[in-house]
Amino acid sequence: MIHAYKHGQQHIVLDVNSGAVHIFDPLSYDMLAYLEAPLSEEYPALLEEKFGKSQDALDSYADIYELYQRGELFSEDDYIDLQKAMPKAEDVPIKALCLNIAHDCNLRCGYCFASTGDFGCGRKLMPFEVGKAAFDFLVAHSGKRRNLEVDFFGGEPLMNFGTVKMLVAYARELEKKVDKKFRFTLTTNAMLLNDEVTEFLNKEMHNVVLSLDGRKEVNDFMRQRVDGTGCFDTIMPKIRRFVEQRGDKDYYVRGTFTKNNLDFASDVRFMVDQGFEQISIEPVVCGAGWEYSIGEEDLPRIKDEYDRLADQIIADRRAGKFYNFFHFMIDLQQGPCVYKRIKGCGAGGEYIAVTPEGDIYPCHQFVGNEAFKLGNVMEQTLDRSLCEDFVSANVFTKEECSQCWAKYYCSGGCCANNYAFGQNIKKTYRLSCELEKKRVECAIAIQTALSE
Amino acid sequence: MKKIKTVKTANLKASACKGGCGECQTSCQSACKTSCTVANQKCEK
Ligand code: SF4
Ligand code: SF4
Ligand code: SF4
Repeated sequence: MIHAYKHGQQHIVLDVNSGAVHIFDPLSYDMLAYLEAPLSEEYPALLEEKFGKSQDALDSYADIYELYQRGELFSEDDYIDLQKAMPKAEDVPIKALCLNIAHDCNLRCGYCFASTGDFGCGRKLMPFEVGKAAFDFLVAHSGKRRNLEVDFFGGEPLMNFGTVKMLVAYARELEKKVDKKFRFTLTTNAMLLNDEVTEFLNKEMHNVVLSLDGRKEVNDFMRQRVDGTGCFDTIMPKIRRFVEQRGDKDYYVRGTFTKNNLDFASDVRFMVDQGFEQISIEPVVCGAGWEYSIGEEDLPRIKDEYDRLADQIIADRRAGKFYNFFHFMIDLQQGPCVYKRIKGCGAGGEYIAVTPEGDIYPCHQFVGNEAFKLGNVMEQTLDRSLCEDFVSANVFTKEECSQCWAKYYCSGGCCANNYAFGQNIKKTYRLSCELEKKRVECAIAIQTALSE
Repeated sequence: MKKIKTVKTANLKASACKGGCGECQTSCQSACKTSCTVANQKCEK
């Protein structure tokens, strides 16, 4: 399988199964439309009919044929061991925990999937005992995995900062005893950042995600306090100070774009101008019918905007200015192995979410949906039979993914998203796929442009 | 080659031999968690 597309003046060709990426000249690029594996060494009659038999055309075909022979064009994926790619749920060690440390929030963002912080199940902070049991539970189910991840999530995790601190201290003791390593991350709306919190986060958190939607009017339209006032003026100086003190440790300033700011490249630009170098802005996920929902009709506009952003990044990099747009980050040279690439969602497999009550769900997006409750860390219960559907979801078992050129970059999308839109975790949601494919195209185009 | 420039050579097949250890960061692709396109993650090996 190949994918050929143009970005600006570039003719880019991806060989899906081998992972190779090429830049073609226009003539070679046009020939691809008439070719299918297996290729013959001889110049095909169909090409002669379409393109003639000039030296130029012969040279093009010779290059195409050489790539084919090298296994870098029209290659197969028969090297993948399907057995290894599809374990049973009970054999998958759990290694990542989303700890919903606070089902409460000090903001009331318009698009919040967690129903303004409480996931529709009442405001509550996680007691230390529950968090501790969750850590013990994680260690007990982690098998041979050494690197364990815990994301402090909410609601707003800093509303329960005392417990976060106690749990980190507990985990640091625990890791000495059990020969594991914890990697902590935290996602915050930045309202409660202060020097004490910042110092702690910089010491203990491997990554910190700070929510900001971009320009003031964009941010304040959605990210509001209980009284309806926007939070921009409060969080902006806090985030700036945090980032200044972060040093070279990972962070992301992340935002959400909605139908109201389809010119989100300007929000990225704004964030860059504030001195932020690690930026993420994503499309809002919600059902249709909200005035800010993104619909099929917005696709052309959004795709253009991604192009605009990619061109902005290429120009800035060429001028020596570096910043990262998370969704255009692709490591073409190394990147993860193919087994990692066939499954980008760990829900119900290596990843679980735990609520303040200790209830276990396949991931944070399913919290509050009783049908998906897997057990409870206080009671030490876990029913993984419910997880087979999650664990078996990968780019081979999802029909659209198996046919999709982007499968080894996208890795199959979000089960919760699929469930929300089609009540089936294996049925991909077209709008998300279109956007993901566009982002992959842009990400690769940036790399190929900068390689020239 | 005269007409085609390879920016990235094939490496997925080679990655299959030693891959799949599972030590790398768990990924999540949802918007609320700063989704990780897997392709940008680091291999821990
Ligand atoms: S750490 Fe590397 S080899 Fe192991 S599963 Fe992850 S990407 Fe593959
Ligand atoms: S873009 Fe959609 S169809 Fe393609 S791999 Fe991703 S989820 Fe699957
Ligand atoms: S279902 Fe979606 S939100 Fe949940 S872990 Fe998978 S990718 Fe992330």
